[in-house]
Amino acid sequence: MARTILIDPVTRIEGHAKITIQLNEAGAVEGARFHVVEYRGFEAFCEGRPFTEMAAITARICGICPVSHLLAAAKTGDRILAVTIPPVAEKLRRLLNLAQITQSHALSFFHLSSPDFLLGWDSDPAKRNIFGLIAADPELARGGIRLRQFGQDLIERLGGRKIHAAWAVPGGVRTPLDPTDRDAIRAQLPQAFATTLAALQRFKGLLDGPLATEASTFGCFPSLFMGLVGADGRWEHYDGQLRLIDPDGTVLAEALPQQRISEALAEAVEPWTYLKFPYFKPLGPEAGSYRVGPLARLNVCERIGTERADAELLELRERGGRVVTSSFHYHLARLIEILAALEAIELLLNDPEICATHVRAHAGVNAFEAVGVSEAPRGTLFHHYRVDANGLIEAVNLIIATGQNNRAMNRTVTQIARQWITPGATEISEGLLNRVEAGIRCFDPCLSCSTHAAGQMPLHVQLIGPNGEMLQERWRQ
Amino acid sequence: MSVRTLSINGHAVAMATGTTLLAAAREVGVPIPTLCHLEGLSPVAACRLCLVEIEGSGKLQPACLTPVAEGMVVHTDTPRLQDYRRTVIEMLFTEGNHVCAICVANGHCELQDRAVEVGMDHSRLPYRHPDRPVDLSHPLFGLDHNRCILCTRCVRVCDEVEGAHVWDVGWRGEHCRIIAGLNEPWGAVDACTDCGKCVQVCPTGALFDKADTTGEKHADPARLGALVRARARGQQTR
Ligand code: SF4
Ligand code: SF4
Ligand code: FES
Repeated sequence: MARTILIDPVTRIEGHAKITIQLNEAGAVEGARFHVVEYRGFEAFCEGRPFTEMAAITARICGICPVSHLLAAAKTGDRILAVTIPPVAEKLRRLLNLAQITQSHALSFFHLSSPDFLLGWDSDPAKRNIFGLIAADPELARGGIRLRQFGQDLIERLGGRKIHAAWAVPGGVRTPLDPTDRDAIRAQLPQAFATTLAALQRFKGLLDGPLATEASTFGCFPSLFMGLVGADGRWEHYDGQLRLIDPDGTVLAEALPQQRISEALAEAVEPWTYLKFPYFKPLGPEAGSYRVGPLARLNVCERIGTERADAELLELRERGGRVVTSSFHYHLARLIEILAALEAIELLLNDPEICATHVRAHAGVNAFEAVGVSEAPRGTLFHHYRVDANGLIEAVNLIIATGQNNRAMNRTVTQIARQWITPGATEISEGLLNRVEAGIRCFDPCLSCSTHAAGQMPLHVQLIGPNGEMLQERWRQ
Repeated sequence: MSVRTLSINGHAVAMATGTTLLAAAREVGVPIPTLCHLEGLSPVAACRLCLVEIEGSGKLQPACLTPVAEGMVVHTDTPRLQDYRRTVIEMLFTEGNHVCAICVANGHCELQDRAVEVGMDHSRLPYRHPDRPVDLSHPLFGLDHNRCILCTRCVRVCDEVEGAHVWDVGWRGEHCRIIAGLNEPWGAVDACTDCGKCVQVCPTGALFDKADTTGEKHADPARLGALVRARARGQQTR
């Protein structure tokens, strides 16, 4: 049974994805909307607090990606201190983010999404979950669970706790990496690689076969993509330049001004959802909307920079073009990013400096406004703080990944509704529910429903007639 | 040295005149929870956590301030006292804003420890959520009034041990709070020597080192006792 968890007053997240499908006079789908009741009052809660607390406060926004908020907060803090952090601190933070990407993508792919692919959309919903997968394919399921544990273990060894490790701080990190921990993580790498490569093989086979239609049609539309890129346009997750490309791969903006991000990005507000719609200002709310996250990161980069991941990236581009526009390929992108993360983790662990002990720079408040940007598993995350001369927060704005994919999620749901509701229909079929759920899941949105690991996403779908009357409503708990 | 004999939880005890009930109880291994008390500072009996029952007296007495007396029969752990102590802790939590998860003192906080000891798993009293400021004007240290329990350890250590008397208590009732100087920002008070003793003795995350983030304050208030003893022997001046 689904539960709605209200955490008051810091976060208020609705446990249901509410979707309304609007029919026109002819009975055909006019549009569909994905509604979110999101955090409220969060910004006000931070006002008057020392900026040094922001990492811990924001890490508690989300139980799935606390590490991402921690890193964005720490990076914003670095800028308020106006320090260059010790080189090893940056490497350790990178390690933390890679571990987070690995565990979060593993959760999304193996626990939440793969039961759909491997057991079939129309299989018994009660068994279409990780437990059903364990019964059907124990090796893959266990590998996936262990892969997630690998990421969590690395986070724990770095930060001391699996979640909410307030280990990254303004100026660096709290504690160095212990050589014993480094060796323990290294020892787990071969199995992590094996699981990822096996899952890639398996999933690509499905894409060429039973999932071919979904792969080419699910949320397939041109849009802009945004993400960080490193030196020479390499795949990046922690630092670097913010690049924005159009669906042809043309670079619209090579280095968006991160510290003055509000000059480049604006956030549109709609009365029917709490989730804002960020967009690229020069192009306006519709044409300027963009996608972020695993697929966006792979689309904006030239290459990944490590051998095995680059081979997979090449194959992805053969499959979907230089810029892959089908949202279904977020899944494949996640697997490729896990591979990239594992290769990067291996390189970092082999770095002779990685256990160096000078990990933190100290300073006072030297800048009164700063933006910290990093790539969360779900996409680019911005923390923007203004502080007074003593470092007390005056204003906070966070732009989260799920918000930036908001327009795309709405378009995906609309597309699925058009395909699955035949004109004149007044019924919300099980098939539609399943596809809508899968469509939203491509984006792995950061709602409590996306963590609902027992298979089904709690959904609330309403079919609305041309005059605003509700034709049918279905709840799935 | 004259001696007083009394009974604490049924143990017969003999103590020098002037010994407090708290010291006597600790001497014989009977624990009594405290917060405002700190060895090396004068007692003020502000927190009321150490209240004990004395037979023949209808009033509960603070062990940290009450001297032993001949023939006293003292109980330190009755159901009534247990309930009082839990209520005291609940009042401290609900009166301020204690968000342990983000606090500098999380995991190293005397208030937290006492809450665990008295079995406070939730508060039976409503939270007041007062609107209180944070003072970060001092170059090294910060004061978060949201976490202050008005134990006055900082006031006493600054006055009695450091001799600077930066801190005082201002206003009354629910408006009562610790003030620096003549109610100025801490950083504006010239008398402050930046010694950090107040931060060290503060039982909570109210006073902290600005470089510390969540859970990083590891103060050791017991060091004050050692300092004061050493000073008495003329071994240390600071
Ligand atoms: S001072 Fe900090 S750790 Fe202690 S009870 Fe208050 S919020 Fe919690
Ligand atoms: S600031 Fe700390 S030491 Fe001072 S009164 Fe408040 S809680 Fe006690
Ligand atoms: S310790 Fe005795 S009243 Fe506070």
